[in-house]
Amino acid sequence: MTTSVPHLTELPLERPKGCPFDPPAELGTLRDEHPLARLTFPNGHEGWLATGHAIVRAVLADPRFSSRQELMQTPLPGAAAMMEMPPAAPGLFIKMDDPEHGRYRKLLTGKFTVRRMRLLSERIEQVTTEHLDAMERQGTTADLVTAFAQPIPALMICELLGVPYEDHEFFRRNVMPLNRPDASAEEQGAAINTLGEYLYKLILAKRADPTDDILGELTTTELTDEELTSIAFLLLGAGLDTTANMLALGTFALLQNPDQLAALREDPELVEGAIEELLRYLTITHTGVRTALEDVEIGGQLVKAGEAVALSAQAANRDPLKFPEPDRLDVRRNAAGHGAFGHGVHQCLGQQLARVQMKVAFSGLLARFPKLRLAVPADEIPMRTDSDIYGVYALPVAWG
Amino acid sequence: MDRERCVGAGMCVLTAPEVFEQDEEDGRVRLLDPEPAGIGDAVQSCPAAAITANG
Repeated sequence: MTTSVPHLTELPLERPKGCPFDPPAELGTLRDEHPLARLTFPNGHEGWLATGHAIVRAVLADPRFSSRQELMQTPLPGAAAMMEMPPAAPGLFIKMDDPEHGRYRKLLTGKFTVRRMRLLSERIEQVTTEHLDAMERQGTTADLVTAFAQPIPALMICELLGVPYEDHEFFRRNVMPLNRPDASAEEQGAAINTLGEYLYKLILAKRADPTDDILGELTTTELTDEELTSIAFLLLGAGLDTTANMLALGTFALLQNPDQLAALREDPELVEGAIEELLRYLTITHTGVRTALEDVEIGGQLVKAGEAVALSAQAANRDPLKFPEPDRLDVRRNAAGHGAFGHGVHQCLGQQLARVQMKVAFSGLLARFPKLRLAVPADEIPMRTDSDIYGVYALPVAWG
Repeated sequence: MDRERCVGAGMCVLTAPEVFEQDEEDGRVRLLDPEPAGIGDAVQSCPAAAITANG
């Protein structure tokens, strides 16, 4: 039976004042009463908003809900929300359903296994140590984002893929507008073209002279140059602007929760669980979307074919039905089942890389700087409120 | 275990490393222990519902 539910005219985006780690308060209120509600999307589409852990997970696991780009409605305001999207370009598998999605994903999964990612630990430790050494050499304060959080994952993804690290600033400049809804359509289009051209040339070079890295290996598969360019684009984009935000925002969250930081310092064995908890608590990729391919009865409602469901991962990860005292950061909590990497067949391909990098980088940072602290008042930290991926733009820290 | 459904996320290996591994080539799930017990968490963790526990 379908009961009446609230109808939001826009997605709540404003986080509570003074609580930079908490989702917008309206999302929590909504979730506890109506985990599936109506939502008007920025382009006027009448869709839905899922905020409960169970319902978000159910939608993501259900093949009747599609990821296809041409069916997509964008819940976050901005240029992309107003555009009619064509079907995904060949290789852009995150915007496809199975079996097309699966065909691409199966070529990649062997390259991102738990075992292969753990084998990188030693190299990540080396890179982390180099960056910590450089921070110490230059004084007793630094911006943790530029000195640590950004370069470590950037270097690792470049090495893994076989992309020259010297060009990482160029990539970052062109990836950033894609995660910022307020960037214009022209700005985003130009960034996509610039990156695409660069990566296409790189793929051609690797095809002529195969290298011992992921992109080099992929040139020996059935993938075309166009498909490989899209895949390189996805992997590079995902590697540059995700773990970096977790490292910086995660450090900020630990510094603002001194009891949790102390617990982690006292027992470094807690780090793996603490990372899962930070992933849950911070949920930097905060909002997703799927479109119903047919009429689906779910959560006591009828979602009609063609209607989009916005999925609030951040609200779901603070659902008290799943996580007791959800608004508390608790590094000893069992945070398993959090949806920070998504759920369903599209769940993050690079999640094991992210975990290994965070384990090494957080452990290294805390061990090196026992007196690590913010160098400015917390309310002066510039938050990425304008991005699809949450984080901080800078994190001035001191350690002397 | 349905290797066709598997998306190689690695959650089962992370959750129950004594029971599951990922194929070196295609990253998809393989069983290390033919008669595993107590894999409820791994079943739950699988994003693609590729693992089911019988009895």
